[in-house]
Amino acid sequence: MADKAYTGRIVVDPVTRIEGHLKIDVSVKNGVVDNAWSSTQLFRGLEIIVKGRPPEDVHNYVQRACGVCTTTHSLTSIRAVENAMGFKAPPAAELVRHLILATLIVHDHLVHFYHLHSLDFCDVANALKADPVAAAKLASEVSGRDVPPGDLFVVQGRLKKFVDAGQLGWLDNAYFLGGHPAYRLSPEENLVLAANYIEALRVQMKIARAMAIFAGKNPHSQTMRVGGVTCYEALRPERLAEFRALYEECRTFINHNYLGDLTILGRRYPEVASYGRTTNYMDFSDFHDPETGKDPFFRGGVLWGHAIGKTEELDPAQIQEHLSRGWYKPGPPAHPYDGVTDPDYTGYDPSGHYSWSKAPRYKGEAVETGALARRLIAYSRGEKETVTRMDAWLAACKLKQENLFSTVGRTAARMVESVILMNRVQGWLNDLEDRAKAGPVEIYREWTMPDEARGVGFCAVTRGGLSHWIRIEKGKTANYQMVVPSTWNLGPRCDKGKPSAVEQSLMGNPVLDPDRPVELLRTVHSFDPCIACSVHVLHAGGKRSFRIL
Amino acid sequence: MNALAQLVARRAEADERGVSRRDFLKFCGMVAVAMGLEASMGAQIARALEGKKKPSVVYMHGAECTGCTEALLRLVDPYFDVLIMEVVSLDYCETVMAAAGHAAHAALQKAIRNPDGYFCVIEGAIPTRDGGVYGQVGGQTMLSLFTEVAGKAKGVIAMGSCASYGGIQAAAPNPSRAIGVGAALKPLGIAPINLPGCPPNPVNFVGTVVHLLTKGLPDLDTSGRPKLFYGKTVHDMCERRPHFDKGEFAPTFSSQQARDGWCLHKLGCRGPWTYNNCPTALFNQTTWPVRSGAPCIGCSEPGFWDQLAPFNRDVREKGDDA
Repeated sequence: MADKAYTGRIVVDPVTRIEGHLKIDVSVKNGVVDNAWSSTQLFRGLEIIVKGRPPEDVHNYVQRACGVCTTTHSLTSIRAVENAMGFKAPPAAELVRHLILATLIVHDHLVHFYHLHSLDFCDVANALKADPVAAAKLASEVSGRDVPPGDLFVVQGRLKKFVDAGQLGWLDNAYFLGGHPAYRLSPEENLVLAANYIEALRVQMKIARAMAIFAGKNPHSQTMRVGGVTCYEALRPERLAEFRALYEECRTFINHNYLGDLTILGRRYPEVASYGRTTNYMDFSDFHDPETGKDPFFRGGVLWGHAIGKTEELDPAQIQEHLSRGWYKPGPPAHPYDGVTDPDYTGYDPSGHYSWSKAPRYKGEAVETGALARRLIAYSRGEKETVTRMDAWLAACKLKQENLFSTVGRTAARMVESVILMNRVQGWLNDLEDRAKAGPVEIYREWTMPDEARGVGFCAVTRGGLSHWIRIEKGKTANYQMVVPSTWNLGPRCDKGKPSAVEQSLMGNPVLDPDRPVELLRTVHSFDPCIACSVHVLHAGGKRSFRIL
Repeated sequence: MNALAQLVARRAEADERGVSRRDFLKFCGMVAVAMGLEASMGAQIARALEGKKKPSVVYMHGAECTGCTEALLRLVDPYFDVLIMEVVSLDYCETVMAAAGHAAHAALQKAIRNPDGYFCVIEGAIPTRDGGVYGQVGGQTMLSLFTEVAGKAKGVIAMGSCASYGGIQAAAPNPSRAIGVGAALKPLGIAPINLPGCPPNPVNFVGTVVHLLTKGLPDLDTSGRPKLFYGKTVHDMCERRPHFDKGEFAPTFSSQQARDGWCLHKLGCRGPWTYNNCPTALFNQTTWPVRSGAPCIGCSEPGFWDQLAPFNRDVREKGDDA
């Protein structure tokens, strides 16, 4: 560790424990970040690949944008095509889609917190020093669930055996090894988190299995199609019962362990609740009533500044993407329907072009999207369950409302969202079960593809607002565009030089040890970056087409 | 520790030994069956895996969606935590590893200098257009980095359809000129074991790893796939095959026949052209696409995104305007 506050540059490349390839570059002055650049490092070109293919086939292709938020791109694509056709899927199909999307979001939040993020806070090696009895007492207190000391003793023994064997595997070279001043959990707290890290590996497998009952497999569902879903088999009573049992088990873990661990985090890391701020928040609506298509359970909107109580309705016409700092030939900011893209790699230059990502802006401003944005919008509107649970978390951690706008706030919002969503799943499941009991359920409806049409699909996915835009000509895909959450959150600066959400959030972050900048990882990870999603963006509908060499 | 804690601890320790040993033997027996061996071979596999040192695995991510890694997380025999704590040493894997940036790079350098060697797993295709600038890790192109890492490995596994054959980003017109690992490493004389699928079944990964550790290289087909897992077509093992044989086809997805689980051949099923064990291995231990009413899209076949598409119709109509 440096003796005095560091001044200089820090580059983290690759950022690990994310989906995809990301490089983070920051300038640090006296131990505090004063400038930051986010650079995505992969380009795949999925939009050009789907051009000319049947619109109803596109969801298969674009689903492969991402295997982590797997299925969301498929669903959003189906919504875009159904929107273009003026088609409405049968209500039971919408219920199945709700259950697939809800289990996906919760699965994703859980894996994000435990397997992608918790090692930024939890020193696994230090857990070997814990008293399992004291740890069990702590775990029982924060989770409201009786945790037997024997369970934690077993985990500790297993960890000890693992560490003593000398092959640290995926934990090798961790920033916490040998001690790190920014890791401040007690040995008992570390043991509780480490035990839940392992337990969550098994719980996530079960949520994914529950999802697969409807989806045909996970990752990458196969049952959702333009027209509805195909999983008649999943509507049998024993299959619904299988889903319910898996769901109940996972819900217990989320309502107790996941919730309790965020209390530990909030209590022990109040300073992480004071940095990682962004300015504006935006997300789309989702989980509409399956009969009417109205009254979304997730209600979208925009929150400017931190003005709790003043939420604005979202106007999709205000979305534009800027090109000037990405590796693309220059062009004016454009709405997704009119986007022009021509890739042009010129090397990494933070003062010029520095990312494969474009820069989406809402009314010209950078906005954050995702669980924190959704919960803040709901909180701002006074939606009861969100307000109650967010306030309960703040109170348990002795934090204030302003601490929601932070790195830990972002992480806690995911937990709150998981709890709320899991509670809601029960209602959708009951509804589907009632319909299945009443007789044959319609889950697919025939359709006719128009020759000429255009449509958009919106989805409030794990990492934020996702939209797909399709133009159909001669019954084929003439143009396809995807504006994805991680582009909003982790893209580069816009034409006016305004930083993206993650770039804003890094400014002001402390860095205690420039060789092991865990504070940067905490903030970047708190966005749950999903880079494969954000870097395929290639708008094939413009006047210029892709340059094939 | 007080007396009560000691009592709890002793009991827990006994439980732990029993349970983890039982789980481990169950896993070995399962692997034996997956490999087409007698379940009693499980004990022999267990002995082979219980060496002093865990074999090192270096897992690289190229042009991919991380769906293959996600599939691995869904493992049950063994659970993923057992895999990385007790079976192999996962010395590099960007999706789960604790280290980042320089520390991650150092972990990779250490792993590939391991005197005991390592197995290299690659998920994702390798972009080659413009020298490979379309995919970079730590300032190095994937093409150059993977060549270095795979070149020194004891064995190379191409995990998933992208690594095996280029996958989604290699679909026409292949904007980044992405290719599979086998094609990229051909100049080095390296032929990977291909485990295609989108995603591949994680059971096939574990079976392959265990085969490598206990019996060496599995027998491969002409597409580089282990015959153990990819020896038969999905169609041959399909639970809806009796409907096919009787000529009972669902005409539409909304039909009574679709509801009754009839053959999906006329709705675009690519099972007859697809070599994989989905009907017997299942996904997520509970189902697979055809059981759930969704036609197979042929995701473990080379070039399926173009050659087996469009997926929305009977393959006999494919020529119309494909």
